Amino acid sequence: MTTPGTSDGVTDWTPRPGGAPWLRQVAAQASMESRLMLRNGEQLLLAVVIPVIVLVGAVQGADRVDLDLSGRAIDVFTPGVLALAVMSTSFTSLAIATGFERRYGVIKRLGSSPLPRSGLLAGKVGALVLVEALQVVVISAVALGMGWDPATGGGALLGGLLAVLLGTAAFAALGLLLAGALRAEATLAAANLVYLLLMAGGAVVLPASAYGSFGGVVEWLPSGALGGAMRDALVDGVVAPVALLTLLGWAVVGTVLTARTFKWE
Amino acid sequence: MSDAAPAVAVDGLVMRYGDKVAVDELSLTVDRGTITAVLGPNGAGKTTTLETCEGYRRPQRGSVRVLGLDPVAQRTELLPRIGVMLQGSGAWSGVRAMEMLRHVARLHAHPMDADGLADRLGLGECGRTPYRRLSGGQQQRLGLAMALVGRPEIVFVDEPTAGMDPQSRRTTWELLGEVRAAGVTVVLTTHYMDEAERLADQIHIIDHGRLIASGSPVQLTRGGTAATIRLVVSRPFPPGAPDSLRLALGDLIEVTLLDEVSLLVTGPADATTLAKVSGWCEEQGVLPESLTLGQRTLEDVFLELTGRELQP
Repeated sequence: MTTPGTSDGVTDWTPRPGGAPWLRQVAAQASMESRLMLRNGEQLLLAVVIPVIVLVGAVQGADRVDLDLSGRAIDVFTPGVLALAVMSTSFTSLAIATGFERRYGVIKRLGSSPLPRSGLLAGKVGALVLVEALQVVVISAVALGMGWDPATGGGALLGGLLAVLLGTAAFAALGLLLAGALRAEATLAAANLVYLLLMAGGAVVLPASAYGSFGGVVEWLPSGALGGAMRDALVDGVVAPVALLTLLGWAVVGTVLTARTFKWE
Repeated sequence: MSDAAPAVAVDGLVMRYGDKVAVDELSLTVDRGTITAVLGPNGAGKTTTLETCEGYRRPQRGSVRVLGLDPVAQRTELLPRIGVMLQGSGAWSGVRAMEMLRHVARLHAHPMDADGLADRLGLGECGRTPYRRLSGGQQQRLGLAMALVGRPEIVFVDEPTAGMDPQSRRTTWELLGEVRAAGVTVVLTTHYMDEAERLADQIHIIDHGRLIASGSPVQLTRGGTAATIRLVVSRPFPPGAPDSLRLALGDLIEVTLLDEVSLLVTGPADATTLAKVSGWCEEQGVLPESLTLGQRTLEDVFLELTGRELQP
């Protein structure tokens, strides 16, 4: 007999099955998924580089074009750019990553591991939160460097946190809806297209009031609601009930539809 | 209770995809501590059966129990106890090989040492290689490592050596033998006869979703003096060839047409039979290209069984 696990190449195969505790599985999944997201060049571009470019560009442009803003350009645009960053991660990145996970059989493979579906979802949410935290740190640092003077206090903090949370929930549900219904390449195309359309016309970075008569419509979009809630929190320091309820509504509708249509394989 | 249950019990399983019947009233048992091969051609229903055991598919009719548990209803209880190697990838394209293996290990309570396991499977050198750059054989071995790393009681492996070079195949066979010796039940699908014959304690042969034979390799290849003569000719046999040969050889001998230029004669393969076969060739005006004598192999058994199926 040889000792198990010794260096002579004899391995101990004796069964000792069991799943790790749920939280440890979720932590493992979240850390894995966030690492993969940050390793991917295109996703990093989407997560950090584009928002920073948009921020710098919008502030520079506003000085020339003379937009009718209710405050300093940097103060109005930074909350919107943070909203854009949340949208890029929780919608576009999540949809693309999940689409390819289905295609490559990752979800199927994990489906036979001890990780339950609840753990997989929680892991994805954890990864989104980790990446979003990183985005907030980078974008805020750039904005502060450009003279950003955000509102502070309880209303700002609560309003901002709720906006990020509900915005993530709404966009993640919609992203999964897309990824669960389409093939990976179609998901990739659609997720990027929707992102671009919402960035330009969805009242994320620019306030809904800048869209003239369309403003009344776009503020009901998840992008407009998220941007509005962020601006209310970080410009005026208040919680925006209507915008937050709008996000909650999108989250509920998205979740119900996703639960009905999502195919794991 | 479930400890007395067999590793796998499939009873009257029926699975359809649209009009196509993939699994047709299949019943089979896998005893604990064995290597059991589910052998059959592509499309025979092996993967569907395996995926039903793994809880991916709900039986449309009949029942499936693994370790006495229902793979769908008792999924959370069952999954930590089984290991699964899927056919084809199952990993992120950008994940590094060792990163993937460590991740799966972390989902388990008492995983094996991932580095040791990787070394054992010859994955030591490609640990930092992204999954998409691994060779087919490396991906297969990583898949096997992921199936084993959680120390399962049963491991389901779907075509484990497909696409491996002969050296890797032998290593994999050795390893599965060791795994069994430690008390792990191995259920594998394969369409390689030699794999089933070399490795398995028990073989279930499946064709068109039905079980057509079960037994140990010895039981399956035994058949009295049953040796075989395999006849291959240069041009297709004339019509009615198997019948006329059967007539010439007598009742004790079976003739199975394998394809249009080869047939299998099973029975007492003595000099008389051989002489009769070559006499028949002369009579029919066919030129034998090869005439091989041999013990019955699993391949012969399989071809006989499916051959009969093809010409009822």
